[in-house]
Amino acid sequence: MNIVMLVFQAGLRDLTRNRWIAAYMLGFLLIAEGLFWFGGTGPQVALSLLNVVLLVVPLVALIFGTIHVYASREFVELLLAQPVPRRQLFIGQFLGLALPLSGAFAVGAGIPFAWHAGAGTGGGALLALFTAGVALSVCFAAVATWIALSTDDRLKGVGLALGVWLATTVVYDGLVLGASAAFSEYSLERPLLALMAGNPVDLARVLVLTQLDVSALMGYTGALFERTFGTGIGTTVAVATLLAWCAAPLALAARRFQRRDF
Amino acid sequence: MIDATNLRKRFGALEVLHDVSVGIRTGAVTALVGPNGSGKTTLIKIVLGLARADAGVFSVNGQPADEAGAYRRHIGYMPQAARFPENLRVRDVLELVRALRPDAPRDEELISAFRLALEMDKLVGTLSGGTRQKVNAAIAFLFRPSLLILDEPTAGLDPIASGILKDKIRQLRGEGRSVLITSHILTELEELADDVAFLCDGHLRFSGSVAALLERTGERRLEAAIAALMRSERARTADPLPESVGPLGWLPVEVEPS
Repeated sequence: MNIVMLVFQAGLRDLTRNRWIAAYMLGFLLIAEGLFWFGGTGPQVALSLLNVVLLVVPLVALIFGTIHVYASREFVELLLAQPVPRRQLFIGQFLGLALPLSGAFAVGAGIPFAWHAGAGTGGGALLALFTAGVALSVCFAAVATWIALSTDDRLKGVGLALGVWLATTVVYDGLVLGASAAFSEYSLERPLLALMAGNPVDLARVLVLTQLDVSALMGYTGALFERTFGTGIGTTVAVATLLAWCAAPLALAARRFQRRDF
Repeated sequence: MIDATNLRKRFGALEVLHDVSVGIRTGAVTALVGPNGSGKTTLIKIVLGLARADAGVFSVNGQPADEAGAYRRHIGYMPQAARFPENLRVRDVLELVRALRPDAPRDEELISAFRLALEMDKLVGTLSGGTRQKVNAAIAFLFRPSLLILDEPTAGLDPIASGILKDKIRQLRGEGRSVLITSHILTELEELADDVAFLCDGHLRFSGSVAALLERTGERRLEAAIAALMRSERARTADPLPESVGPLGWLPVEVEPS
């Protein structure tokens, strides 16, 4: 069998038995079901869940991912000593991390929606929500892999991962808000759009909000985004940029894996 | 078996290997010795392709090292301490490495000698360090490699298991395979080693047979001879060791004046 598949299968088998991944899945299941329980309609639940996804998915992917890559170090060395090309080993390893992470989110959050048959949530909105969650999982798992392959100091690596999380989820929005307030007398549309594309978490938010048809909640950049692109093209642009945000850190991590000394 | 020429490696300002040229004879057990931080592990990692040399070339079994790692089909590697994914069963780990080398001949003898059949369905995370090390050893010997690289192989093994492992090493040598072994337990090396390669601060200071080493140092035991090498290394200032040329097949050891 293909080497990528073999390594991926082993990683998948390991992480499906991992209790943190199980807890992560159960957490999303309880939160989503809880939101339904408190009488939310489908779109309301999707919106509340979005806020959880935007914070929790990057955090778990970054921290769990970094720790996981560090913990796999010796096993990767053992596999590298086999007649196996590095590139294939890397792809198998990464899939073995990213798929269980995305899967735990998708299954955990998906079961309540399936159970309530969507409860009036539009298909587009659901698709956007799950695409956003999966894309954020893949993107931040790639960032975590890159971090763990770039620094041998594990404490520093986990610290960096936490820093990336804070920067993308908290600090970035503050900066955007500050910038728009400070330069409110100028036409800021294009710079702000560029800023939004510069953060996968913002992109994920806008992607889902445009589909949920709640422009009022989108904030400044979201409204701007919808006005500039319109819903259809806007969604395509957001998805494409999110994909680029998955590919870029993954390419960096792959290069690092290819070149580094173990 | 291994032919390395002018391997050089530096990490930042630190020169870890300094033009190391070494030959590992086929059908012999070679002990790679040297103080901590002398470059032993780096040398092993370069041969395995885990690290890349800044300069120099090497071949394994006549096959030059390549990026895709095809030459590694000749090698079985036992790292110092193996860690496997915690939630895999022993069976899963063995099946994975077997599937990665589907065409290699098999030697499952250590699996039965270590009685690993009883551990097959346990999760790796629940194994004791000694049992993990047995799995590690079983994997290294699994494919009848023509070159075995063993990094501190008996560390963590009980006396029975380490006896089994030593017998296995002798058996492989008897079959004309080569073994490169590092250990700080010199009495153990004395039992096993035919040849010695001595690294110090990234320089290869001696490489040749155990008998040649004993003769040169005037000692009667390997342990004392290596201690003598380390002492003379420390005392070496303007007085480098004489150049040694080992028996047939040995590359001369470069000793440059410092």
